[in-house]
Amino acid sequence: MKFRFGLLLILLVAGCSKNETPPASYKPEAPTAKIDPSTTATVSGVVTYTGDVPKAQPIDMSQDPACVLGKVPPNFGEAYAINKGRAANVYVYIKDGLGNYSYPTPPPATLDQKGCRYVPHVLGLMVGQKLRILNSDPAMHNIHSMAHENDGWNESQYPGGDAIEKTFNKPELMIPVQCNNHPWMKMYVNVLSNPFFAVTDAEGKYTISGLPPGTYTLGFVHEKMGEKTLKITVGAKEHAVAGPAFSSADIK
Amino acid sequence: MSSSTQTAQYNPAYHRFTLFLAICTFLLIVAGALVTSNDAGLAVPDWPTSFGSLYRIPPMVGGIKYEHGHRMLAEFVGLLTIILAVWTQRKEARSWMRKLGWFMLLLVIIQGLLGGLTVKMRLPWYVSTAHAMVAQTFFSLTILMTVFASRRWIGSTVTLTRHPDPGALSFRNLALLTVLAVYMQLFFGAGFRHGGLHFFPHVVGAGIATVILVWASFSGILRFGNIKPIRGASIAILGLLVIQLLLGFGAYMTRVVWGKDAVQPRPSMVATTVAHVAVGALLLAHCFMLAVQAYRNLAPAAELSPADQKAVVA
Ligand code: HEM
Ligand code: HEM
Ligand SMILES: [Cu+2]
Repeated sequence: MKFRFGLLLILLVAGCSKNETPPASYKPEAPTAKIDPSTTATVSGVVTYTGDVPKAQPIDMSQDPACVLGKVPPNFGEAYAINKGRAANVYVYIKDGLGNYSYPTPPPATLDQKGCRYVPHVLGLMVGQKLRILNSDPAMHNIHSMAHENDGWNESQYPGGDAIEKTFNKPELMIPVQCNNHPWMKMYVNVLSNPFFAVTDAEGKYTISGLPPGTYTLGFVHEKMGEKTLKITVGAKEHAVAGPAFSSADIK
Repeated sequence: MSSSTQTAQYNPAYHRFTLFLAICTFLLIVAGALVTSNDAGLAVPDWPTSFGSLYRIPPMVGGIKYEHGHRMLAEFVGLLTIILAVWTQRKEARSWMRKLGWFMLLLVIIQGLLGGLTVKMRLPWYVSTAHAMVAQTFFSLTILMTVFASRRWIGSTVTLTRHPDPGALSFRNLALLTVLAVYMQLFFGAGFRHGGLHFFPHVVGAGIATVILVWASFSGILRFGNIKPIRGASIAILGLLVIQLLLGFGAYMTRVVWGKDAVQPRPSMVATTVAHVAVGALLLAHCFMLAVQAYRNLAPAAELSPADQKAVVA
């Protein structure tokens, strides 16, 4: 696929949800507004979880000796990173409400392979932002992106091999990325047309700053529990707090 | 089939070679199923090279072990098939066998290209399903080659008496139906396994296939029990069917019910799904065998000579 920078602009207004693709005939639209840095607002919060937490599944890495060299910490699947009622690895983004702005492309993000797992497990990118993929393991990995809107690809990386650089040119949420050499290695890439996204940390916390004042729909996406949305309004220099509550009933 | 018009010679070395190819192909099917069940189809990202090399063996760990092992075994089977095709041209009296030899070579080449396509296109379900179906077709043909090259087949060519095959649905057609039914299951099963189809058609298909296979094998045993090859194939089909149904249930439980959220392929899931693929291949081969034997040993009454008729009545 060609590098279509114009898409970046189009999709700013498209309120990009997973299954919305702009029609091919869509004409790029010039940004009509500029963000005034002296008025920007912040939204932050904690994503909580109630109910029984599914038991973390142990991972058996014995099929590749290079994965179990040295000390092996207890190894569990990361699908439910829930700690004291707080959910990590939830992708938070502005789903709706942004005006038509242009943004500088953020500096490259990094995806590392360490101890035969992906760090981080959930990652956010802006359209066009570089993703640098590193291999810090003595193991051979392959990185297989199963994107639908973006191009899929599959490349292998030798131990200590050169960084692989990738960009994603269309907004798309929860793109599964997998290693077929170590089938427990799975992570998710989220691509947005603006830089207003975050991933909750180990305490379930996130912060999105630099937002122009306005009323927004926030999306909170979890790999197993799907999406929840919340509406917020922030004035100039204000700080809004919002966090949804997932529960065991959301598990699909 | 015109086997009776040509004088074929039993060649023990050739027969053993066809059997060896059939066994290697069976192991290759198991190896291929291990690739799928271990989610290792893309562990080696390039083709026809592996990590850029045509001959260097990569570290055989993790998914690479399955994917590259499968490729090496496939190359070996490809080599055996070339030898078989050439050997068949030089030594085989039956012209249809010589054609079959070339056809097997063509099929193994197509299969290799499909294998390459699964890698190049990153496993679209229809390519993986085609690869699974051609694999079992090729395996069934290696089994048939072994049967055609056997002492019993060649030795019985002159003494063969054909038996009448009466009824609105002849046993010949019933035997063909078993082949179709197992192909249907292969398509639905592989389509589901590779994420292209819903599970539903495969379960409904299992019911239909079970009825056809039970019907055919019972009439094979009860009506044509005196014809050894038909009786043998019928009993085998019945036994394999029971095992296959149990394995299918096991595959469903380990993969779909318990394995839905598994962080990695579990040994129990790998074992049941691989066994289900392998027994499916044996079942298909035996249905082919039943059909071939039905066509060889039976004939519509109109085609039979009076002598044949008497032989049966007597
Ligand atoms: C005579 C040649 C071959 C035979 C009989 C054969 C047979 C098989 C079988 C039975 C499967 C399992 C299908 C399933 O579980 O549904 C399989 C999978 C596979 N084979 Fe082959 N294969 C052959 C050659 C090749 C070659 C040359 C390649 C080259 C790359 C290849 C690549 C694969 C891959 C990647 C899979 C996994 C597909 C998936 O997970 O979707 N095969 N093969
Ligand atoms: C006549 C009976 C049956 C036949 C001939 C048959 C054949 C097959 C074959 C050949 C495949 C895999 C094809 C491939 O990828 O190479 C398959 C897959 C499968 N079959 Fe069956 N099957 C039968 C009955 C059943 C039944 C009764 C069940 C469950 C109740 C079942 C459950 C499954 C499942 C779950 C898979 C997919 C396995 C996976 O995802 O790894 N099958 N079947
Ligand atoms: Cu890996």
